[in-house]
Amino acid sequence: MQLTRRGALALGAGFAATMLLPFGAAQAAVDEALAAFTGGAAIGEGGITLTTPEIAENGNTVPVTVSAPGAVSIMLLAAGNPNPGVGTFNFGPLAASQSATTRIRLAGTQQVIAVAKMADGSFVRTANEVKVTIGGCGG
Amino acid sequence: MSQKYALIGLVALAAVAGAAKADPVDDTLVINDEIEMITVAPAPDHLKDVFDVVRSGWLYRETETRDMQRDDFENPAMLHVEAAAAVWSTPEGTEGKSCASCHNDPESMAGVRPTMPKVNPNNGELWALEQYVNACRTERMGAEAWKWDSQDMRDMTALISSVSRGLPMNVAIDGPAAPFWEKGKEIYYTRYGQLELSCANCHEDNNGRYIRADHLSQGQTNGFPVYRFRTTNLVSMHNRFKGCIRDTRGEPFEIGSPEFVALELYVASRGQGLSVEGPAVRQ
Amino acid sequence: MAENVKPRVRVPKTAKAGEAVVIKTLISHPMESGQRKDKDGNLIPRQIINRFTCEFEGEMVLDATLEPAISTNPYVEFEAKVPASGSFKFTWYDDDGSVYETTEAITVS
Repeated sequence: MQLTRRGALALGAGFAATMLLPFGAAQAAVDEALAAFTGGAAIGEGGITLTTPEIAENGNTVPVTVSAPGAVSIMLLAAGNPNPGVGTFNFGPLAASQSATTRIRLAGTQQVIAVAKMADGSFVRTANEVKVTIGGCGG
Repeated sequence: MSQKYALIGLVALAAVAGAAKADPVDDTLVINDEIEMITVAPAPDHLKDVFDVVRSGWLYRETETRDMQRDDFENPAMLHVEAAAAVWSTPEGTEGKSCASCHNDPESMAGVRPTMPKVNPNNGELWALEQYVNACRTERMGAEAWKWDSQDMRDMTALISSVSRGLPMNVAIDGPAAPFWEKGKEIYYTRYGQLELSCANCHEDNNGRYIRADHLSQGQTNGFPVYRFRTTNLVSMHNRFKGCIRDTRGEPFEIGSPEFVALELYVASRGQGLSVEGPAVRQ
Repeated sequence: MAENVKPRVRVPKTAKAGEAVVIKTLISHPMESGQRKDKDGNLIPRQIINRFTCEFEGEMVLDATLEPAISTNPYVEFEAKVPASGSFKFTWYDDDGSVYETTEAITVS
């Protein structure tokens, strides 16, 4: 997909929609995604590692790695995107580690959230802020 | 719209006036644990009063961007190289020939990219790689020329560049090339657009500094065509030149114009000794 | 069906039984987000790879759900362990119903 700067803004949203909604609409979408994943269970911390660049040179391709030893599945969310969902990794019996690396789109500087469902049914989360550069040179 | 550009202009001028200095990193590029790349080289003679050393744009990029170029599997540009490799051996045109009919494997093109652009001895014109590719297509294959900035052409130049990776840039700037080189140099130092910025204002006077959030490099061309995150596709050198001049709020030369081919030669000569990296990965 | 969709995978040729092996996968695909508009202002319909799976001899290694926030040319890297020689099967599911598959053999010594 050829993502122009304007395209990235649009990815940013339903651009107009986000601009019109009060702050917190995005939080509601994140809460909803979390609830769908956890079934409303409490989410703890620790035992999950999220590796992201501190500064992403462009929001189109941001490498992220997530690892949660003993997890059954890990969900990634981008809290500042029009839709917070990024992906969910479900690990099978032949996964050597409960970790995965992928490349994601971020519509701007924001929190990337990772939530793991552990084998005992408990949940843990972590989050990193990723600064997304808006360059001066569109080229 | 004009407001946006006005803002860019203000910030650009602020940057040129002297913003944060951020040096390029000290890092080593080895591709596929195999091809050792020269990313810092002594400045060529004609540039000695400007730079001590010339540096690849790779050194100006963030860690994650640099890492993506270390391994062909992780470099998305290689998808385009693979696509071109398929085209390479597919006959096309009235003569029933493919690239492979004359040139065998793409690897036979090793050594071509470092010398581009170069004067075509048949007509005395300075030709870029794209023109040599199209001459093959129209004269030997009886196929239609590709547009300069078409996907096919960008893919093919990426393939041809990829087999020269590691070889040092080595363009001829004397003899018949001299007048083209002079013309390219003149363009490089000419201030264009409403912002009145020349190539040199950013890439010579202010490389290492930030222009808005962009870390200015020396503007080397050894990585072209580059895979840019911004377009998630290959970007040709002339497209990048065009973008730079557009950012000065100027009217760019045409992609494929003699002016841009001359500029291509001059800029290539500023990177003599740097390894061909194309297709490189950039922001 | 999206044009020129081509999967690539990198799997070591050999491994010891139970050893962790790194698997890298990439598929050429635009991952059209459904958020962009064309030049005439019409919304370009979403078309993404929405699921990726890796199995080894019928047993699951990874089953991933992908959203439009995954970058063009989706890249997924993970670790597998294999008990014996056999083949990995990789499957990508496109919104338009297309399914792209590739397999890769590994020898366990």
